[in-house]
Amino acid sequence: MDPNALSAKANGLRCHILRMLAQAGSGHPGGSLSCIDILTALYAEVMNHDPANPEMEGRDWFFLAKGHAAPALYAVLADAGYFPVEELDTLRKLGSRLQGHPDSSQLPGVEVSTGSLGQGLSIACGVAAGLKLDGKPGCVFALLGDGECEEGQVWEAAMFAAHRGLDNLVAIVDNNGLQIDGNIQDVCNPEDIGTKFAAFGWDIMEMDGHNMAQIVETLNAAKEAQGGKPHVIIAHTVKGKGVSFMENQAGWHGKAPNAEQLQAALDELAES
Amino acid sequence: MVTLASAEQAQVRKATRAAFGPTLVELADEGLPVVAVDADLTGSTTTKKFADAKPEYEARLFNCGIAEQNMIDVAAGLSLTGNIAFTGSFAVFGTGRAYDQIRNTVCYSNLNVKVAPTHAGVSVGPDGGSHQMLEDVSLMRGLPNMRVLVPADYAAARAALRLAAQTPGPVYVRMGRASVPCVYAEDVQLELGRAYVLREGTDVTIVANGVEIREALAAAETLAEQGVSAEVIDAFSVKPLDTETILASVAKTGCCVVAEEHSVIGGLCSAVSECLAQNSPVPAEFVAVKDRFGKSGEFDELLAYFGLDAASIVDAVKKVITRR
Repeated sequence: MDPNALSAKANGLRCHILRMLAQAGSGHPGGSLSCIDILTALYAEVMNHDPANPEMEGRDWFFLAKGHAAPALYAVLADAGYFPVEELDTLRKLGSRLQGHPDSSQLPGVEVSTGSLGQGLSIACGVAAGLKLDGKPGCVFALLGDGECEEGQVWEAAMFAAHRGLDNLVAIVDNNGLQIDGNIQDVCNPEDIGTKFAAFGWDIMEMDGHNMAQIVETLNAAKEAQGGKPHVIIAHTVKGKGVSFMENQAGWHGKAPNAEQLQAALDELAES
Repeated sequence: MVTLASAEQAQVRKATRAAFGPTLVELADEGLPVVAVDADLTGSTTTKKFADAKPEYEARLFNCGIAEQNMIDVAAGLSLTGNIAFTGSFAVFGTGRAYDQIRNTVCYSNLNVKVAPTHAGVSVGPDGGSHQMLEDVSLMRGLPNMRVLVPADYAAARAALRLAAQTPGPVYVRMGRASVPCVYAEDVQLELGRAYVLREGTDVTIVANGVEIREALAAAETLAEQGVSAEVIDAFSVKPLDTETILASVAKTGCCVVAEEHSVIGGLCSAVSECLAQNSPVPAEFVAVKDRFGKSGEFDELLAYFGLDAASIVDAVKKVITRR
C-alpha cells in the first residue's frame, strides 16, 4: 500500500478511536492517536500476520507495552479482520472482549495482556529468545511509551536483549514527550532514551512517527536488519496527533471526548 | 495412598531445592519443552544442573542477572513460543519482587509459567529476615489461575515439579534451602488438588505441608505415647485444596491443627480455615509464624524460635482438644 493510502487508513482509524472512546466515556485518546500511524503501518504493511489464523507459525509478533493505547490496537485489529468493526462500540463495557486494557484471554490478535507498564519489552524478549532457541523465523515488535521508560524493568529488558543478541527484536518508543502528570522533562526526566538503549548495546534508529513513508521504511529496515543487536526506533510523535485541541495536551492522556468534542474532532479529521 | 520412605531412606537428608535441576533434566529427557529462567542464583536454585547436564540443555537456561521482574516476563515470552517455562531465584525475590509480573502477565494471561523459587520460609536461616519469605503462599494463593504446591521433601518436590510441568497454566512450587529428612519414597507421585493422609488417627487432625510434615509426624509420635491419636494430612496442594479429605478427617476428630512454615496470614492456615468455616466449623489452632519477620539463626533453631517445631504442634494439639 502506498504511504498516502496508509495515512488515509490511519486517519480513518483515528475516527474509530475517537468514536469508541466517546461511546465508552473513558479511556486514553492522547497516546492512542500518537501511535496509530505506527500501528497502521505495522498491521497493514510491515508485519507478516494472518487474522484468520492468529497463531500462524512464522508470524511476526506485536506487543503493546503501553497497554493504555488499547483503542489504537483494537482499531487496527478490527480493520485487519481479527473481529468485527462493530464490536469497537463495546469498548470498556461489561461483557465486552474489548477490555480497558488488552486482555489476550478474550480477544484474538492480542498476544498477551498488557496494561501494567514496563513489562511488554521483557515479554517480547522472551518471545524473541524462544524463536531463536527453536531456530524459527519472525520479528518481534514492542511499542513502548516514553513515559513507560521511567519503569526500571525496561532497562532490565534492554540489558537482557543486548546480552542475548536478540536481533529479531524491535522496540519502538512512542516519544510523544508527555505523561499523565505533564511533560516528561518536568515529571521525572529520563533524559535521552535512545542514548540509553545504545549504551546497553542496541542498534538505534529514529523516525518521524507521523510520516508514513518514513515509518514503513524504518520499520522494514529494522525488521530486516540482523547484526546480533536488538533494534530500537525512537519515534518522534505528537500526543493527540490529528485533533488540534488534543495535540500536545497532557490533559487528553486519559479523558474521553464528549459528543461535541467528538464531532469537532471528526470534522477536523474529515478535512485533513 | 502414597508410599512413604523406608526407615533407611528417612535417614537421608536432602533439600527440596536440590530436586529442581535434576527434575528439569528428567522432564527434558522425556521430550518436554522445558526452559529455566533464573536471576544470578543458578547454583543455589540448582537450575545450573539442568544447563550442565547436556550441551543442548545449556541454551535452555536463561540467566537474567539480578533482574527478577524481567525474569518472570522473559519466562512469559518463552511460554508464548510453546515452552514450559520454570522461573527460579529465591522465594522472596521470585514472588515478592516480581509480584506484578506474576499477576498482570503470567496469571492474567494464564500462561504456562511455573514459578518455582527456592529458599522459602525460615529455611534460608542465617541470611535473616530480609531473605526469609513468609508471605509467598499468601501472595500466590490470592491470584486467579494460580495453583500453589508446597512439597515436604526431595521426592515430593520432584513430584510437584513434574505435576507443574503436566498442568497447563501458572503453578507455584515452593522449595526450601535446608536439608530435611525424606518423608516419601523416591518415586512418589502426587496429584493436583489431593491431600494425603500420612498417618491415621481419631483425636485430632493435623493438616500440614512443606517442612512441617516431618514436625507433624514427629508430634504425632509423641502424642501417641501420651495416648492422643493424631491424624496427619499433607496438604501439599494448597490451591486447589482437597477439602474433601480434610472435612472427612475433622468429621472424625472434631478438631484441627494447621502447621506451615509461613505466616499465619493467607497461607495454609487461612485456606483450611476458609474450608472449615464454610463447611464444618470445628476448633482450630495454628502453628505458623505470627505476623512477623524472620531472624538470623540456624534452620532448626529457628523452627523452635518461631514455634514451628514438633513440640509446638504437640502444645497446639493439647489446646485444641480442650476446645472441642
